[in-house]
Parts: sequence; C-alpha cells; structure tokens
Amino acid sequence: MAAVLPAPSQSRLLLSGNEAVARAVWESGVRVAAAYPGTPSTEMLEVISTYPDIYSEWSVNEKVSLEVAIGAAFAGSRSFCCMKHVGMNVASDALMTLTLTGVAGGLVIAIADDVGLSSSQNEQDSRYWGRFAHIPVFEPADSQEAYEMTKAAFDFSEKFQVPVILRMTTRINHVKGLVTVGERVAHAAAGFKKEPARWVMTPAGAGKRIPLMFERDKVLRAEAEISPLNLIDSGTDKRVGFVASGPAWMHVRESFPDAPVLKLGFSCPVPLEKIRAFAATVEQLVIVEEVEPLVEGELKAAGIDCLGKEILPRQGELAPNVLKPAIAKLLGEPVPENIAAPAKVFPRPPTMCVACPHLGVYYTLAQIKNITISGDIGCYTLGAGHPWNALDTTISMGASMGIALGLDKGRGESDKDKRILAVIGDSTFLHMGMQGLLDIVYNGGNVTVLLLDNRAVGMTGGQSNPGTGRDIHGAEAPRVDFAKLVESLGVKKERIHVVDPYILPTLFKTIRDEIKIPEVSVIITDQPCVLVDDYKKQKPYEVIDEKCTGCGNCVDVGCPAIHVTRREKVVKPSGKEVELQFVRIETSACTGCTLCVQPCAPDAIVHADLTKPMRLVRH
Amino acid sequence: MSDNNITNILVVGIGGQGVMTATEILAEAAIALGHDAKKTEVAGMAQRGGVVSSHLRFGPKVLSPQIMAGTADLLVGFESAETLRWCHYLKPGGLVLMNTARLVPPVVDLGLYDYPDDPLAEIKERGYQVHAFDAMAIALELGDVRLGNTVMLGAMADHLPFPPGVLLEAILKRFSARKPHMVEINRQAFEAGRAADKAAQHKEVEPA
Repeated sequence: MAAVLPAPSQSRLLLSGNEAVARAVWESGVRVAAAYPGTPSTEMLEVISTYPDIYSEWSVNEKVSLEVAIGAAFAGSRSFCCMKHVGMNVASDALMTLTLTGVAGGLVIAIADDVGLSSSQNEQDSRYWGRFAHIPVFEPADSQEAYEMTKAAFDFSEKFQVPVILRMTTRINHVKGLVTVGERVAHAAAGFKKEPARWVMTPAGAGKRIPLMFERDKVLRAEAEISPLNLIDSGTDKRVGFVASGPAWMHVRESFPDAPVLKLGFSCPVPLEKIRAFAATVEQLVIVEEVEPLVEGELKAAGIDCLGKEILPRQGELAPNVLKPAIAKLLGEPVPENIAAPAKVFPRPPTMCVACPHLGVYYTLAQIKNITISGDIGCYTLGAGHPWNALDTTISMGASMGIALGLDKGRGESDKDKRILAVIGDSTFLHMGMQGLLDIVYNGGNVTVLLLDNRAVGMTGGQSNPGTGRDIHGAEAPRVDFAKLVESLGVKKERIHVVDPYILPTLFKTIRDEIKIPEVSVIITDQPCVLVDDYKKQKPYEVIDEKCTGCGNCVDVGCPAIHVTRREKVVKPSGKEVELQFVRIETSACTGCTLCVQPCAPDAIVHADLTKPMRLVRH
Repeated sequence: MSDNNITNILVVGIGGQGVMTATEILAEAAIALGHDAKKTEVAGMAQRGGVVSSHLRFGPKVLSPQIMAGTADLLVGFESAETLRWCHYLKPGGLVLMNTARLVPPVVDLGLYDYPDDPLAEIKERGYQVHAFDAMAIALELGDVRLGNTVMLGAMADHLPFPPGVLLEAILKRFSARKPHMVEINRQAFEAGRAADKAAQHKEVEPA
C-alpha cells in the first residue's frame, strides 16, 4: 500500500483496534515494524505500512519479525512487532532470552488472541507469556484504549528497558470504534552501544542477568499497583464485585451497570494489593477473564477469596449472554430466559473461491486411493471439507513436512502400502516448511510434497511474501525460485515438477507417477490466487441443460459457482441405484478456469452467451 | 431503541456481499450525527463465502460492541436463509428487512443439507414484521449485482433514528472519494431500495 497523509491530530476516527494500534505506533515515533500475517492481527502491519517515517516489512515468520524488532530496539530505535497468538509460539525462543537483555529503544509486541476461534487452529491465552517471560502485559478493551495503551506501552518499555506485550483479542482487533488521535513525536535512534555483558547471552552472561530480571519483577509489580491503567469503578450494588480485563470488562459494565468493577489494564504482574483492598469492599469477588484462570489462580494463591472459572466458561468469549445467567445463578435470582430459539438452518462453512487453483489439486487428490495427506495452515486446509475430504492432518505452520515424515517412518502394518503426501502453500513453506523438507531429504523420507504456489498469503487477504516478487508496499522485490530452492535442499532435479493446476490430466499423471517412486518428490503448482492482481479472469461458462447427463463430475470439483438444479434417482443396467445431479453455472461468478469443463464427458459446459440477459440464482 | 438509548442494528449475509461495508457506512452516518458507535463482526474467513453477521450499536455511549439475542431493533438480511438464521436476535415484534434472493452454499448443492423451503414464512411465523424484496434483481436491473448493498442501505433509510439524507450522504461520500463514476448509479440504487421497502411495507399491511 502507498503512503497516505495521516489524519490530523484531534481527529475523531472510526478505527478498528488494529487501525488504532497502527496510528499509535506511528505517533509513538516507531522506526521499525515487522510481522507475519495472521488473523486477527494482520491489519496492524498492513496499516502501519501506509504511514510515512516507518520501515515496515512482512517477515518470513513471527520469530524473524520479533528478531528484526529486537535488533532495532538494540540499535536504540522504537520498534514494533505483532502476530496472532500462535505466532508467539514460533517467536517465543527469541522472547525468552530478550527478557534477560531487555531493550534500549522501546519495544512493544502486540499479540492477537483469537478468542472464539474465528480463524485459528486453537485458542490460547497469550497473557501466559507475560508470566513466563517476566514482562508486563497491557490489556485494552476497545479501539480507544488500544490506541492509548500502545502509546503508554512504548513509554513504559523505554523507561524500564523491558519489552511490553499488548494483549488483544479478536473482539478488539476487528471491532471499530471512535478514536481521538494525537500528534506524532519523533524518537531518533540512540545508536547501538557495544555492551557484550548485556547483549551477548552466553551462559555466564545470562546467569548474571537472571537476578536482575527478578529485581525488575519487583519494580514492575510496584508499578502495576499504582498504574492508572488499573481503574476502580466503585459501584453501588456491593453484592458482587468484578475484576475484569479486555473486552470482558466492556461486557461486565454493560451487564452490571451498578456493580463495583476493578478494571485490569496493566494485568501482569497482577496488582495483588490493589485487588485485595478492592475485595474487602464487596461481598463476593468474581474474576472475569478470557480464556484461562490466570489472575484467578494468582489471587487464590495470595489468599484472596474469589470465584472465576467455577461459574464461567474457560472457552470462548465472556459476553453478556454468558455473564448475566451466571451471576443471576450465583445470586439465586431467576435466570433470564432465552428469548427465542434460533431457527434450524444449514451450516455455511467457508469455501474455496470460484476458480481457486487449489480446486484442481483437491479434485485430483480425492480421486487417488490409498494415500495419507498431511496438510498445513492456509486456504488449502479447506481441502479437509466437502466434497474433497482430501486432507488427513493439520497441526501448525509448516508441520505438514515433519508429520509426513513421521507418518512415513512410523507406519504400521495397515499403512504399509499407503503413499504419504504433504500439501503446503508457498508462504507456509517459506515460514516454517522448508526446514521440514530438508529433514525429509536428509533422513531419506518417502514423501510426495505438493507445494501450492499461489503467489500470496491467501487466507489473510493476499499479502506479499518472498515468493511473490513484491514487498509490503507492492514494490518489486527479489522472488524465490521454488524449484531451485527445493533442489538446493537436496531434492533430485528429476523429482521436481512445476505443473499448472488447471490442467487436470497432467496434474493427475504427475501426482500418480511421483507417489509410486519411493523417495522425496516436490510438485509445484504455479497459478496465482484468484484474489490477487496477478489473476486474470477468462470468459465464463454455462451449462447446456439438454446436454447435461447429471453425472455430477463437475460437482466434485467443489467450485461454489456450480449449483445443482435437480436430483434424480435412476437404476443402472447393473442394478445399482445412482443419484443424478443436474447442474447450472452461476455465470456472473464464473471466471472461466475450465476445471469443471474438463471432467464433463457430454461436453455440456460451453462458453456463456453474454449477449443474453443474466439469469438470477434460483434454487 | 433500548432502555439505555442505544440503537442495535444487525446486518447479516455471506462473505463477499458487502455486509461489512454497508454496516460501516451506517456507522459513519451515525457518527456524523454525533453518536458514539461500535461495529463488530467475527469474519476471519468470511471472504470464503461463510456467514457474516455485522453488529452496529450507536447512541450516547456504547460499551459492549455485541448485540445480544432478542435485543436488535432492526435486522437487515442480505440473503434469505441468513435472515432466518439470525432472526432470533430481534427484539419481540422487531422489524426485518429481507433480501429474498437465495445464495445456495456448496453443502446444499452436494445434497448434505436442505435449503429451507420458505424462510420468509418461518420468520413471519415468529411474529416479526418483515419487508421482503429481491434486492439482487433490483441491483441486476441497475446493471451490477454489487449495487445490492446500496439497495439494502436504501431500504433501511426510513427505519433509522435519523433522516434518510444523512445515510445517502455517507454512501455518496465514500464513492466520490474512491469511485466518482459510481456516485450516480449508487444514488439510483439507494432510491430503488427505499421504494422496494415502501412497496414491501404496503404488501405487509394488506390483509391476506
């Protein structure tokens, strides 16, 4: 994205939590910002990249992004790094030693927890990292607070030379609210000062820093006790007092307007004495925190009587519909009844896009028997769904490689003739997959790897990576040659194939041939994501009703532009009953990829006559 | 409007229909009149044809961004079955503006689930007022299916606690900044939506 002129100071803007953080990062005089895309964190860096005066980059993974930010902070610049919750698992190796060195320039790490799993493989509580790494955690509750706390976090980080975690959740990252913005204050880089005892963490050096970290803990705890980010609203109804943080605090205020509430904005270390004094002013204390009972456990260990996960769920959001009945039950009041039950409607899971190049891959994989498919994180995880059901495992970024090798080496008697495949996207491969492929090569694994290069980080909205040939601003950048890369990792040249995923016979033959060969192969598909500029639409198709025989081959492609208009049960000469599916193509959505045309035996799918008026979707 | 002077509007549909953009324009109109506003949706993978429900709350001071079931003042459904899916979010007797167009997902085409026979009748059975019209047909008549969200915004215009002109201005402002050649056609789509809503309202009050 190109730089735009930032809105003037004192503007009141409707901003998402991500946009608010980006604005605050710019105002805080940050000079370096780095991230790997991941829902719901992606827009923070996307928006930062539009501000002037900041170096920003899409890094290859979260660990590298944090290391870039650490280097900049060592050089005395203010720096910023953001990621989704699982990204911190990847970056944590750097974090756990960063806490010993501390920083020179302020460093803030925004972590977006996907509470409610809108787009993630698990639900984690990133507040643990604050405890694990002995660093402070700030928890905003909406866009305005995300903006203010980001600025406060930079000041705090620089003052105490400690990185600060800004813990966000989907319900902040993606909620838009009004934010009053301010002026940018530039912070020049102080310059890197050689100080090996501080920056070089050898065992001896690190051993000397650990006691300093414990000393810092005491300082941080004292700061939490007096922090203006921890607010008390004394309330009038003293039967239940609440300690709450993040969006859960908003939900508590909404649900119990008269209740006393202690809001934790600076939640790690926990301000124990402040909470102890607050607890003494209420009859019962309830801790409302999304996801894990972290604060609750610490309070109980400190002898502060409270309730938490005994009455509230450990999974998902703590919205008013959860809080109100739980507290009514606690107080022995009638539980508010559900007003109306939801209607029964089919599920509508996310689908692959019309003409997605992955459709051809999964259509093909669904036809090959006796294979086990190790999957990865990205749009192609949807291959696990209907109609393909062609993905057998998914764990974490890049895991398809190591898991495939493990499936190969750990195979049981029943798997002895199974072929092992791994499916991974371009960006995921560069993020953490190539090390796994190197391991397969080095250890003689028998795995066929499908590297789906669609030249984008597709699932998060088509961001750039080293495989796209563009940087974060869309400018030209060096482009990885995947065939050369995997060859240099040790895959034999004759075992590397670059194929067009829209040409089904070649794709099918290449996969079928390679799985028979008992060594590592890599099949690279080379067509772009349909949502990026590289994709060129072709002339759309339609179905000639009279020619359609209802075979359903095109339905098995799984393209959302193909609709079944009627079904008919017929008995074949063999006596077998089959269901015919007659189809039509939503021509206004079709972009002419031909994936449905190729398996259509009666040639019933032809280029659409665009001179006719467009037909409406009718079921 | 609820007890605390907060207006709750729920806009629902599927990924790619412009649900989130429509809600954002609505939020901008509310803000232009000096309201506080919060808009939320969980739409991590909505771009992939999944369910989208966008919550808008505005008034003097908004705390929680989420509308709870049974409390929405207005439900705006961009698709037939999606309107049915979310109608229990309305307060009793609340108003539904419904696009009767049906967008059939692959799970229905594959024969795994059925599309409801008559979502409109099911919603009415629950005692809600419904203004139903085919926004997709209106948009196609105007030449572009993407005008559907402006048609839906037009349909909302006479059911908001502010004059229709404020909403129209918020829409046109957006287009004049990004796609000036689309201003006039969006004005037409807005008025067509208003007219469709009025016609549907008359149909609703006529005895069966």
